[in-house]
Amino acid sequence: MTNNAMINIATLPKTELNTEFARARFKTTSSLGILACHQCGKLWKEAQEGERCLHCNATLHMRKPDSLNRTWALLITACIMYIPANMLPVMITSTFFDTHQDTILSGIIFFWVSGDWGLAAIVFIASFLVPLLKLASLFILVISAQRQSLWRQLERAKLYHLVEIIGRWSMLDVFVVSLLVGLVQIQGFAQITAGVGIVAFGAVVVLTMLASLSFDPRLIWDTADSQISSQSVTAIDGSNKSV
Amino acid sequence: MHEISDLIACEHCDAVFHKLSLSNGEIARCTRCGAEIDRNAQERRNHLLPLTIASLIIFVIANTFPIVQIELQGLVSKTTLMGAVLSLSTEGVSLVALLVLATTILFPFMQMLILFYLLIPSTNPDDRPGFSLLIRVMQMLRPWGMVEVFMLGVLVALIKLSNMATIIPGIALWAFCMLTVMLTVVVSFNPRYLWQLEISEQEEK
Ligand SMILES: [Zn+2]
Ligand SMILES: [Zn+2]
Repeated sequence: MTNNAMINIATLPKTELNTEFARARFKTTSSLGILACHQCGKLWKEAQEGERCLHCNATLHMRKPDSLNRTWALLITACIMYIPANMLPVMITSTFFDTHQDTILSGIIFFWVSGDWGLAAIVFIASFLVPLLKLASLFILVISAQRQSLWRQLERAKLYHLVEIIGRWSMLDVFVVSLLVGLVQIQGFAQITAGVGIVAFGAVVVLTMLASLSFDPRLIWDTADSQISSQSVTAIDGSNKSV
Repeated sequence: MHEISDLIACEHCDAVFHKLSLSNGEIARCTRCGAEIDRNAQERRNHLLPLTIASLIIFVIANTFPIVQIELQGLVSKTTLMGAVLSLSTEGVSLVALLVLATTILFPFMQMLILFYLLIPSTNPDDRPGFSLLIRVMQMLRPWGMVEVFMLGVLVALIKLSNMATIIPGIALWAFCMLTVMLTVVVSFNPRYLWQLEISEQEEK
């Protein structure tokens, strides 16, 4: 498979618009006044926000509607749920002799002290580090997008991509507990039941995934700088150039 | 409202590019943010239908047979994925039971069924009702099917149990291993490219 670098229309040598192009660096759908269909990818000229795509009937939006507010709400709820998710037991093991409760962290420590270091590392990364890094990353992304920051845009775009890929892996502990609960049901001898902590933990995973889905990565690139130039260049073919 | 057919936009950063015609298997990447913007998926599609059918069969096997059996001082216990979901729901954590049901059974199954339906070769694309709606559903389900994460969860659970009980792997464990590999290919196919294929089908006629 070969990688085919695309030629942005901004980089094409084209008449007097070159200086404008140089300032804006990249032409975007918002600076050109076109709407892209998020479903089939077709581009529409002279389309209104909220109109339907003529090709696939999806609703057209310049950006995901209300992206920052939604992301904020989901992110804050996730942060609140993060506390019970780590404090409350996720799993209760009752054997003939005793009963003991496991939280996410005590489960990791159990693997560590019993010598399963590789496993301790996997569970530590998936259940502890990933949710924490995801919350932190989303905060950075939302705050910097809100301030239309020019700071490390490419790195932030890559960070968002990473959050989207690794987010699902924190579901690991939910599956581990589910399987143990289903399997270890030997009446009166050994029984594993689920603790309330796993509900909160599952909620954190779902909420952070929803938060990253409602964040619009294009906001990373919507800086004050690109908006100024968008007013001066209105047409793609150069026939409608302005000052 | 007019279509601009010679341009293409990056979903991730909004940069607009001239559309390039790609040969088989070629991928076009955004020069601003590095994301994939276009791909020639024609060849991929031909492999996809048999793979989807095979995944559906393996999926049924993976969910019919027990994943694993444990033996503890002569006492035996085993479970299927559905069995685990049911024990969760009887224990008052039905929200978690629903989450597991959705991410490991319901959503992957729907994804495979829809893809199967959309990929069946047909002489007339118009006689495929719900095409647009189903692609939308596929795109919504995409982040939520988690068979591969479940697979890792099974391994972690088994190592955890291996200290206290004897473990006998079931047929479904191997089926889940296979399903993980196959679904990685099937689900990584972006449903958006089905539109592109639909168009080229119509143009051929
Ligand atoms: Zn569309
Ligand atoms: Zn891009």
